[in-house]
Amino acid sequence: MSKKTYATAIRDVIAEEMRRDENVFVMGEDIELLGGIFGCTRDLYKEFGTDRIRNTPISEAAMVGAGVGAACAGMRPIVELMYMDFTLVAADQIINQAAKTRYIFGGKAKIPLVIRGQQGIGRGNAATHSQSLETIFMHFPGIKVACPSNAADAAGLLRTAIRDDNPVMFFEHKALYASKFEVPDDPDFCIPFGKAEIKRTGKDVTIVGSLLYVSRALEAAAELEKIGIDAEVIDPRTMVPFDMDTIIESVKKTGKLVVVHEAHKVAGWGAEVVSEVVDGAFKYLDAAPIHLGAKACPLPFNIELENAVVPSVQQIVEAAKKVCYR
Amino acid sequence: MISKERKFWIYEIMNKIRYFELKALRLFEENKLRGSVHLYAGEEAVAAAVCSQLTDDDYITSTHRGHGHCIAKGAELDKAMAELMGKETGYCKGRSGSMHIADFTKGNLGANAIVGGGIPIATGAALAAKLQKNDKVAVSFFGDGASNEGTFHESLNLAAVWKLPIIFVCENNGFGISVPVAQSTSVENISDRAVGYGIPGVTVDGNDVFAVYEAFETAVKRAKAGDGPTLIECKTYRTLGHWTGDPQTYRDKKDVEMWRDTKDPIQLFKKRLVDAGDFTAAELDEVEEAAKVEADAAAEFAINSPNPDPADVMDDVFYEA
Ligand SMILES: Cc1ncc(C[n+]2csc(CCOP(=O)(O)OP(=O)(O)O)c2C)c(N)n1
Ligand SMILES: [Mg+2]
Repeated sequence: MSKKTYATAIRDVIAEEMRRDENVFVMGEDIELLGGIFGCTRDLYKEFGTDRIRNTPISEAAMVGAGVGAACAGMRPIVELMYMDFTLVAADQIINQAAKTRYIFGGKAKIPLVIRGQQGIGRGNAATHSQSLETIFMHFPGIKVACPSNAADAAGLLRTAIRDDNPVMFFEHKALYASKFEVPDDPDFCIPFGKAEIKRTGKDVTIVGSLLYVSRALEAAAELEKIGIDAEVIDPRTMVPFDMDTIIESVKKTGKLVVVHEAHKVAGWGAEVVSEVVDGAFKYLDAAPIHLGAKACPLPFNIELENAVVPSVQQIVEAAKKVCYR
Repeated sequence: MISKERKFWIYEIMNKIRYFELKALRLFEENKLRGSVHLYAGEEAVAAAVCSQLTDDDYITSTHRGHGHCIAKGAELDKAMAELMGKETGYCKGRSGSMHIADFTKGNLGANAIVGGGIPIATGAALAAKLQKNDKVAVSFFGDGASNEGTFHESLNLAAVWKLPIIFVCENNGFGISVPVAQSTSVENISDRAVGYGIPGVTVDGNDVFAVYEAFETAVKRAKAGDGPTLIECKTYRTLGHWTGDPQTYRDKKDVEMWRDTKDPIQLFKKRLVDAGDFTAAELDEVEEAAKVEADAAAEFAINSPNPDPADVMDDVFYEA
């Protein structure tokens, strides 16, 4: 084990996988000399050269599309988007091309492509640079979606993503890059997709959250403990495939569910979790599940407004108390 | 020929932009201002020379590096500074910060944090002007880096086939963040790209007010005559970091110093004005002093302004009659 930041964990896995497989390469904006604006490719061009750590023009549609094409032709590209908000500039290449290519060609194509970058609140980047977009990519069959909440998960999930023969959208969180965590040194450390992690076991209420909301859910659990509510906190870790079973099993035990995410509440993935839990554990539910997410307005710049738009730890606590009739 | 009055206006605007931004940089360094702040220092000639030929009825769209365009298009420093600080009195009521200043009453359809995002919007404003036959023109400001986005190419073609009254003003400052133009861009002169769309393309010294002014004057004539768009590439250099806090390890300090010390557009313009006998150095120094005072006052205004009320955060998502 080594204690690493989330950013370093990502960088190290990219380097290790590039050493292991010469077909792995990275392209993105400002990833050579600058090492990416969060340092996830810092100095890698020195070891791998600028053929494999490749600066692109500011042309997101072309670079994502080139990733799809290179993958079809046998490479294993990692495309870094500086902000995952820019997936929207490249949306056709992701949604109509990467996600569908294998299926529409009758299973002939293989697209081992990783599209990774950061998203979310915390740096005053305002409406077009602070969104949480994992939900929308869950809607389109054919792309896997990962959301690591700490450095170890970032490492294990990214390695799995790079070795996967399907397109993977890899959503990092800008507010997590500096956070440190023990990361296994094993060069084959992989976390399988579709396996949620129970971050804290508890018997009274199940709280599901991802990315930044794992630590916020854990904070809420610590608050709840003070008033005698024992919360179980679950991090799904990947959104596609989604480990609904672990959540349903948990709700069978606790009888109560709170789902929280930074993505907008409306049509957010939390609604899907509630729907599946109602389906799979209806008779175990003691209270109507609560789904928390960002308000239906763009992310504002002012920090007090930004905080007012996304769910707070206090709101998670209140929701848990409510489902526990407290 | 630029009238004396207009020269004065241009000089004044360039100084307002410069001192507004230096003040913003100071506030950022003092942790009084946060977010992504992209400074325009060294590029002021472009915004000032272009906007001096526009009225409040003409349109612009701007970029993440938008303070200069916005001020030249009539933004008041105090409301702009208040927006940078996220205050209720700011242009966007604190909703948007540095990268999104807009003032529709002045024809400023907004700075834009998405690279290339404003280019089609200016094209649409030009389409409206054409449909409304109102003699307005639209200007899209954007960087060298943005000329590699699809929106740039699609907009040039659209504006060309529809003969829209728009001027595409590319500010080639040598870099897109850390990436030098030569590494990202297939042509030496971005204006060469105009050829592909059958429109005129010119490259001018973007630090020379007169050169930018003349190229733009010609382009506006063409636009108003119904002959369609022009692409003007202004070669310039940003003398500060890409954003506040940029370590700038990707470029040679000597280059920065050379541009800053020998090609500063404000100093160059000042010299031309004094040499031509338009104004005395003392008169121009006064303009500079006044700009400093105005920037300081804007900061005071912003600092003393209230934060927006979180209770209002849902306002303005939709228009409600
Ligand atoms: C679609 C999109 N891609 C990438 C970015 C990140 N980004 C912000 S500014 C910038 C560089 C822009 O370069 P250029 O157009 O030359 O403008 P300059 O910053 O030099 O004024 C980049 C890559 C963005 N904001 N939007
Ligand atoms: Mg540039």
